[in-house]
Amino acid sequence: MKFRTIGRVLAGATAAGLALALTACSSGTAASSATAESFDSSKQYNITVWSWEPTIAADSDVLTAFKKAYPNINVTVTNVGSSADQYTALSNALQAGSGLPDVAQIEYYALPQYAIGSNLADLSSYGASDLSDKYTTGTWNSVNQTTSEGVSGIYGLPVDSGPMALFYNKTVFDKAGIADAPKTWDEFYEDAKKIHALGDKYYITSDSGDAGFMTSMIWSLDPSAIKVDGTNVTVDFSSEKVSKFVSIWQKLIDENLISTTIGGWSDDWFKGLSDGTLASLVTGAWMPANLMQNSPKASGNFRVALAPTIDGTAANSENGGSSLAVLQKSENKAAAYKFVEFVSAGDGEALRIQAGNFPALKSTLANSEFLSSTGAYASEDLLAYFGGQEYNTVLAQAAADVNAGWTYLPFQVAANSKFADTVGQAFSGKTSLTDGLSSWADTIVEYGNGQGYTVTKG
Amino acid sequence: MTTATQPIGTRRTSNTSQRKHRRNWRGWLFVGPFAAVFLLVFIAPLAYALGLSLFANRMIGGTVFVGFGNYLTLFADPLFWQGLWRVILVLIVQVPLMLAIAMFVALALDSGRLHGSNFFRLSIFMPYLIPTVVAALMWGFLYGTNYGLVGQLNGFFGTSLNLFSADWILVSISNVITWTYIGYNMLIFYSSLKTISPSLYEAAVIDGASEWQIIRAIKIPHLRGSIAIATIFSIIGTFQLFNEPSVMQKMAPSVITNSFTPNIYAYNLSFNSGQQGYAAALAIVMGLVTVIIAYVVQLRGMRTEEGTN
Repeated sequence: MKFRTIGRVLAGATAAGLALALTACSSGTAASSATAESFDSSKQYNITVWSWEPTIAADSDVLTAFKKAYPNINVTVTNVGSSADQYTALSNALQAGSGLPDVAQIEYYALPQYAIGSNLADLSSYGASDLSDKYTTGTWNSVNQTTSEGVSGIYGLPVDSGPMALFYNKTVFDKAGIADAPKTWDEFYEDAKKIHALGDKYYITSDSGDAGFMTSMIWSLDPSAIKVDGTNVTVDFSSEKVSKFVSIWQKLIDENLISTTIGGWSDDWFKGLSDGTLASLVTGAWMPANLMQNSPKASGNFRVALAPTIDGTAANSENGGSSLAVLQKSENKAAAYKFVEFVSAGDGEALRIQAGNFPALKSTLANSEFLSSTGAYASEDLLAYFGGQEYNTVLAQAAADVNAGWTYLPFQVAANSKFADTVGQAFSGKTSLTDGLSSWADTIVEYGNGQGYTVTKG
Repeated sequence: MTTATQPIGTRRTSNTSQRKHRRNWRGWLFVGPFAAVFLLVFIAPLAYALGLSLFANRMIGGTVFVGFGNYLTLFADPLFWQGLWRVILVLIVQVPLMLAIAMFVALALDSGRLHGSNFFRLSIFMPYLIPTVVAALMWGFLYGTNYGLVGQLNGFFGTSLNLFSADWILVSISNVITWTYIGYNMLIFYSSLKTISPSLYEAAVIDGASEWQIIRAIKIPHLRGSIAIATIFSIIGTFQLFNEPSVMQKMAPSVITNSFTPNIYAYNLSFNSGQQGYAAALAIVMGLVTVIIAYVVQLRGMRTEEGTN
């Protein structure tokens, strides 16, 4: 008997503790401060930064320069792991309400998820609103967010960008008798046939169901596919242009003209890009350094062209890229902003671009030395890798072509994690891309409504 | 507990409650430390998960009490059932096969007719010492259709076998698990065989029993208990399948999805889509399923053991 009562008391205590912990979680909405505290250059600050970006690692040139410029700010950079690992850590810390950094690197597609819950500080009043004309459309669009309470603001500053471009192996294209890089997806399909004719192992590209690629394609084809207005969200993956692209991609899968067995970033993938059996890829402008590092044998073979479009008219989107955001709970927001600004738009920017980042600043994208990879932006090995082509000129054009008006879902990370179960099934032939996209939209509706949004399928 | 208090209570009515109290508290002094650790380490996490499973964490509206809502959604979730069916398939096919091979190896080692049995015992046990993540990576490279061993064999024989395809993936994963755990199960069986008294063998030999008869009449009956234990461990391990498919996910992203096994699903629900409550409900249901199946197997194992004794 006695044991039972004590057991019950303890169980009650656990339940009470649990309820307390849970209410503590839900009260995470901090009041948005209208006036920002100002930066005091005589005060000593300590800020922590979570980032996986090598160009701002603890021993990078950017950090050295920052310490010189702001001796009173002591920065500790922690690499928590890959981006996914960092989001897990960040979400856990947000839920616990402690152990948070002052600054976190967050990819554009994940930014809405954190901004919407008022977890990030609005940087407008710290000086970010003065920077609005400096960045490319795509990146500036991405950092402008609205919280679930309707507070619009700038919730991060762009670090890099990734306008989509076609990286193709010219040697293989020549061998297949393709004179120019495809400008439309119809041409891409025809070229795919020519390349597969070189041998069973030859494919124009690979796709085994990549949510990032598909969302970028939708952005490029129909930037209004996702509409977010406060807590009202509309998704429509069946517009005419998207359907047209999807039917071409379906043909490529059905006729075995693209490899659906090689996963992106796998060992096989880089080997395929090295030996030419994967003749091209459409991806973000941050790819050159990755290609050179992981597929060095293909040096001199690769060229860059604008990504194909559905009708040959200029349209593009971003793939990947990340921002630096200041956490709402940070007690050193002013100092944290100084760091973010220095890295994003200040002296740190040039150092990062020299180390391999693709710029988000318009001024850098128009810089002639950057475009020709000479002078301050000299990169002999990359120029050689692309056979002497001024690849940055093409990539800068790709950045200028990015469609305005796109927004990611406020729960894109979660939506992407459900991609393989829906659209992904089309790549192993279990469903069609059209049906897969439709059931992905259904999943998004179901998940979004469960999260308190009003989501409708257009 | 009720029977213990009864006789004292009937005799001394006035002091009863006070005396009972004292006695009980003295007892708690002994049991207390254990009970505290037990509650903290075993009961509290379970209670926490149970509590978590009754709530939904929403991006808008925060944490909401949903009662058994998460469980109802789970029972109607085809992704959960598909994942559960996958691990059950592995359980039905892979576990018996693995245990049979392990038993065969243990009997072979125990027969004493093998040269260098120490070497074999060690090398068969070796895969168990390799971290499962490394094992899955290694096999993943071998399975590679483009540059792996399978790719080379395909090129040689002109076949187009893809072990990462939807039809083969369970076989591929089962193979890795079998390879890893044969040594472990072999050791359980082998150590059990070593406890058989040599006098039984001597008696059997005097009676003119053949090696096969010795196996059937002495060794296998003796192994029944270990088989039950190995089976229960394997059931638990299979239901918790995570590492191998998780590592191979990058190599077969459209086949090994985020809901491939219940464990992978729970992980993704919790960390990728912020549905901790739903993930907790899934974890608790999986825990119950495992307990029930393991219990049924244990009951059967015990009964047969008693039957033979």
